Amino acid sequence: MYVAVKGGEAAISNAHRLLADRRRGDRSLPALSIDQIVAQLALGVDRIMAEASLYDRTLAALAMRQARGDMIEAIFILRAYRTTLPRFGYSKAVDTGAMLVERRISATYKDLPGGQLLGPTFDYTHRLLDPSLLGDNEVETGLQREPGTEPVMRVSDILAGESLIEMEESSEQNDAPGDITREPLEFPLGRDERLQALARGDEGFLLALAYSTQRGYARTHPFAGEIRIGQVEVEIDIPELGFAVSLGRVQVTECQMVNQFKGSAKQPPQFTRGYGLVFGQSERKAMAMSLVDRALRASEFGEDIVAPAQDEEFVISHSDNVQATGFVEHLKLPHYVDFQAELDLVRRMRREYDSAQEIVEEMKEAAE
Amino acid sequence: MSTPETDLATYNFAYLDEQTKRMIRRAILKAIAIPGYQVPFASREMPMPYGWGTGGVQVTAAVIGPDDTLKVIDQGADDTTNAVSIRAFFQKVANVAVTTKTREATVIQTRHRIPEEKLTEGQVLVYQVPIPEPLRFLEPRETETRKMHALEEYGLMHVKLYEDIARNGHIATTYAYPVKVEGRYVMDPSPIPKFDNPKMHMSEALQLFGAGREKRIYAIPPHTKVVSLDFEDHPFEVQKFAKPCALCGAHGVYLDEVILDDKGGRMFVCSDTDFCEERREAGHVGELGVANKEAAE
Amino acid sequence: MSLHTEALEGGFASPVLGAQATFRALMDAMARPGTTRTAGSNAAPPHPLGVAQGAVALTLADHDTPVWLSPALANATTKGWIGFHTGAEIVSSSAHARFAFLAAGEPIPDFHGFAAGSQDYPDRSATLVIELPALTGGPTFVARGPGIKDSTQITLQGTPADFLRRWAANRAFSPLGLDIVFTAGSELMALPRSTDLQALGG
Repeated sequence: MYVAVKGGEAAISNAHRLLADRRRGDRSLPALSIDQIVAQLALGVDRIMAEASLYDRTLAALAMRQARGDMIEAIFILRAYRTTLPRFGYSKAVDTGAMLVERRISATYKDLPGGQLLGPTFDYTHRLLDPSLLGDNEVETGLQREPGTEPVMRVSDILAGESLIEMEESSEQNDAPGDITREPLEFPLGRDERLQALARGDEGFLLALAYSTQRGYARTHPFAGEIRIGQVEVEIDIPELGFAVSLGRVQVTECQMVNQFKGSAKQPPQFTRGYGLVFGQSERKAMAMSLVDRALRASEFGEDIVAPAQDEEFVISHSDNVQATGFVEHLKLPHYVDFQAELDLVRRMRREYDSAQEIVEEMKEAAE
Repeated sequence: MSTPETDLATYNFAYLDEQTKRMIRRAILKAIAIPGYQVPFASREMPMPYGWGTGGVQVTAAVIGPDDTLKVIDQGADDTTNAVSIRAFFQKVANVAVTTKTREATVIQTRHRIPEEKLTEGQVLVYQVPIPEPLRFLEPRETETRKMHALEEYGLMHVKLYEDIARNGHIATTYAYPVKVEGRYVMDPSPIPKFDNPKMHMSEALQLFGAGREKRIYAIPPHTKVVSLDFEDHPFEVQKFAKPCALCGAHGVYLDEVILDDKGGRMFVCSDTDFCEERREAGHVGELGVANKEAAE
Repeated sequence: MSLHTEALEGGFASPVLGAQATFRALMDAMARPGTTRTAGSNAAPPHPLGVAQGAVALTLADHDTPVWLSPALANATTKGWIGFHTGAEIVSSSAHARFAFLAAGEPIPDFHGFAAGSQDYPDRSATLVIELPALTGGPTFVARGPGIKDSTQITLQGTPADFLRRWAANRAFSPLGLDIVFTAGSELMALPRSTDLQALGG
């Protein structure tokens, strides 16, 4: 007698128990603490915060641990938590010009006010495995310049002073920015919504698209005008008080890409911009974002849309790794009802094919 | 106070916050008023992956109340892992009564099937939808497909179906077979086998469709015309199975193929597990089934 | 009771479950035009808002949905009540409203003053919530369309004399159009744009 498979509930619960076991791993080793993850796997934590759109290092570290280091899984867990949070209000736009910079570099000027500041970078490290990191050797304290009290001037402001770069759209003149987490996307998007989508977009996907623009798939002649990493103030307007109060500081990475533009009959020749802003320290993501942002502005500048990176609907519809992983991985769910329907059709068509072949054979034999 | 609201300290009733529910509820009402039209909604991240029923879950969460009885099926079965997981989710966050009996359910969330038993007034069938746009595989751009729906320009779909016939002698679409709702919108019925399409037509139950990742909600009110697209010389027809269910002997139902061994042994059994069990309890026996003891005695 | 406290009280006794129950009544009503449901049993909106009418506001309106109020409802108390309980912005231009609430006995303004949606987005249309003296006892209309098995008769009391003509005009650009929820006390009946109305014997 045939007995149908049952017991999905028990199977699920056992699978999750095994997951918890594997997550903890060898019990003779101490468990990773959240503080350790925040402190020592900081860039992974930053990526989770950026793509989950939630600035909370502790929760991001918890998600990373819970996800066994699977970044997209961790991003997903933190996103799902974010969506349940009540919204108390909207902060004012952060002023990255007033950033307390820890790193600031420009590829367009040799020296500039505020100077080039390398900060804690992998750049110029030789990528040689470091055996000293196998243990827990004493590490020297970092040396840092005394933090300046003056804000560090933005490179884009230097170019703007000469009117050689397009003006930034003033947010005052526009309507309130959209919110892609609260409204369904409607193509074509405004740049506000596009930048929001890119800011939470998958780093790998944006990196590949950005790379494609450099290889000629919609070349934008980019110069890294400036990359800065540091703390910015988050402020919220309190109508009852009549002024803004600070909620605290967040670390962000900003990239201003300076791109070529030949000008038109209406506009004098000037550089154009691509913009990237990401939570935490995430230079690769900010740079990729700014390249893709610039490529996506093609229609704004009357450029032909010839490459994937310029195709807004294509880029934004596929940049979200939580959506992408869900839909790709859903293929492992049962599909046997649909498969049965296809199987039935293929078998029927196969029978028709075979009998048609038989007729052909018979006709051949008869002819011989 | 001991209302269900305070008992569920960590989550709001049915998980979603009230603002989100209002937004979804408004979308559902407009969807019902415009049968077959896909209403955009600000789908939320859910604690389960996109593509695993987040649209259906959001619709169910916006609809369900403490008086409801919920049934969840995947591939027609109540005990498939994803159905188990979604049912457990609602038990946890809405403390709702659950059932596997189609007849007892007031809300049925489904993936890929419509129950065999005729649905009745007062029941709501919530479909999980992966790709709500029936024209998507013909035209990937939302900006284009939206225009086609606005202008009722469905020629492309007919061309595609006719090309199938020219190439294969059949319309090669066997599931997610497009329908026209109330003579206006062409609609994707979600990946149900086309066998189930006729059940949507003039159903007594309200049918709601939720696509979470694609952020669309659409609906078919009860007693609404739902016609599968076809041609005069190639009329729409559903799959027919050569044999009845091997366990309960039912004819005219959708069957799953079960491989029994590696020598080509196979059997066909009801995909709707509740329907099959009920028949067996009533004493029906298929060729590989065993007579129900109580019924036999 | 002062105007102020009147605006603060009378919300759902249990907001989560009250909204769910009202929505279910509305959804069933919208899915089965011509049928009557009750709603708002634990809400007490200020006069002249009806109980079901107020419950609809509590259930569907919020700061994302501009609300238009008819002259009789645009007073401090009802305005304050809807504003306080839903957070919705009360707009004076009917064209910007997602929901419009009208008190019993008031003339129903021209439908053209409200958003009917666009060809691309027919869902972006207003929903009118109109209080009537009663949902029965008026002239008989025969209703047909989605949600209705064959046909059904409705006898709304207090609709304007030219209502059928105006409803036909609302349906002329289908799928664009308004949707209406009629309320009377604790009862409601929905009239989605998909419903065809004819005079009895017409």
